[in-house]
Amino acid sequence: MSTVNIIDFIYLISAVLFMLGIKNLSSPATAKFGNKLSMTGMAVAIIATLANPDMFGYTMIIIAIAIGAAIGGYAAVKVEMTSMPEMVALFNGCGGAASALVAMAEFQGHTGGFASFTLVTLLLSIIIGALTFTGSIIAFTKLQGIISTRPITYVGQQIVNAAILISTLFLAWTVFQNPENALAFYTIILLSLALGVLAVIPIGGADMPVIVSLLNSYSGVAVSMTGFALNNNALIIVGSLVGASGLFLTKIMCDAMNRSLANVLFGAFGKVDDSVVDDGEGPTGSMKGFDVDDVATVLESAESLIIVPGYGMAAAQAQHVTRELGDYLAEEGVEVRYAIHSVAGRMPGHMNVLLAEADVSYDQLFAMEDINDDFSTTDVVLVIGANDVVNPAAKTNPNSPIYGMPILEVDKAQTVIVLKRSMNVGFAGIENELFFKDNTMMLFGDAKASIQNLMSAVKE
Amino acid sequence: MDTGTIIIGLTIFVLACFAGAELISKVPQTLHTPLMSGSNAISGIAIVGALLATGRPESIDAESLIGFFAVIFATINVVGGYMVTDRMLQMFKKKKRKKKA
Repeated sequence: MSTVNIIDFIYLISAVLFMLGIKNLSSPATAKFGNKLSMTGMAVAIIATLANPDMFGYTMIIIAIAIGAAIGGYAAVKVEMTSMPEMVALFNGCGGAASALVAMAEFQGHTGGFASFTLVTLLLSIIIGALTFTGSIIAFTKLQGIISTRPITYVGQQIVNAAILISTLFLAWTVFQNPENALAFYTIILLSLALGVLAVIPIGGADMPVIVSLLNSYSGVAVSMTGFALNNNALIIVGSLVGASGLFLTKIMCDAMNRSLANVLFGAFGKVDDSVVDDGEGPTGSMKGFDVDDVATVLESAESLIIVPGYGMAAAQAQHVTRELGDYLAEEGVEVRYAIHSVAGRMPGHMNVLLAEADVSYDQLFAMEDINDDFSTTDVVLVIGANDVVNPAAKTNPNSPIYGMPILEVDKAQTVIVLKRSMNVGFAGIENELFFKDNTMMLFGDAKASIQNLMSAVKE
Repeated sequence: MDTGTIIIGLTIFVLACFAGAELISKVPQTLHTPLMSGSNAISGIAIVGALLATGRPESIDAESLIGFFAVIFATINVVGGYMVTDRMLQMFKKKKRKKKA
């Protein structure tokens, strides 16, 4: 067995460790161990690569790893849990960039002709990797609020994007015909980078969970393509694992909104449509704003409470005070549970992570399908900064943009308390008739301040 | 690259896709964020290619320079990805709940 064979075998071991790592993510009890297995797999793969007899020098590698580890480590330690979606997007962008760069380096370093299959996969790796890089950066800037979270659209946008994509593929074809065509090669890189930007700007903030998952999937595909080009099975296996995982999450997110992926990508959901004037079909009546003491009285008299968190809780950093209130009421004998919609927040599982950070036991967290039947027998539901995921219009109004989206049926509870920043409509710009119902109590203000006020009121 | 190698590669790709989908469908909603950041860290495996591109050339040339930046990006992805995943998973705990008798 040659050294190369041995190294290939070690790559197989690391692939198995990655698989076992993900397998252990199926339960919160074993997940930490799973992540350690996955880290070990990565370490094994890196060491095996460094042991490759083709390696000539290590100085540049050591410097690069030191720089990368310092940046990645610093970001990972400093990031707030509420900012996790943008952090993951950014790391993912780095992965895409790495794949594209590896393919470019291979292109540069190769002397003599390429096998046609290698050339195709190299080009695909560059295109997908580059657009993952810029797409992720745009997702990051949107999630950070550096650029508007509203969809940015213009006339003929999709035609422009399609034209860029077709040009990119056409140029890829010319490079495939003649790998020496440097101008075409660099134009491909530029167009792919532009495509990532242009494809993500028309997508609204509330759809970011889908986009972050999809970009994650792309970076996996890019890695696989690199693997084909370098004839490295570890990259092929791992890339397809990541690609499948990203696609799976994307599908869950789309299903949870009852929308197709095409609708998410091209629908510019959440765009404020100026042409639509109030047609008078919105909910009638008025929202009833209550003061803290009224709401606290209702909370105190409840025997069962379900808390429904949304992006507003994350934006207000209200997860800790939410848990304090929940725990206090639980100690007073109230049955307290949390109901979490799959697309609440800005990334898959965003609310779960925040509540975990606040020390809420994970067996208190329930997914929609596990808790929806219980709302009708629940005394009080406390909605914290969630809007579209509790909008009954999704069930009752066929004209609503969110019609057909599975929602948490909070309106079936005896009383619904809604903590909301202001009277404004939610992200999707849709009125929520829940807020106008007779059994709904609105408490306006910053979620964190409202909960703190509630807390002191119930303690009195 | 001969056709046989390509077919083997494609076979691995397809089977790994199925294995991946099977494994991931078992992950509960609670852990979707760690799943995403964890699988994201794994995609930093591109570092393998980056290391080869940087270390193989005998002197500093275009390939090794591009490889150098690839190693930086991949390392950010790997180190950052695993560390945030670990930070999140540290927080997932099951607690004994106190209830007033």
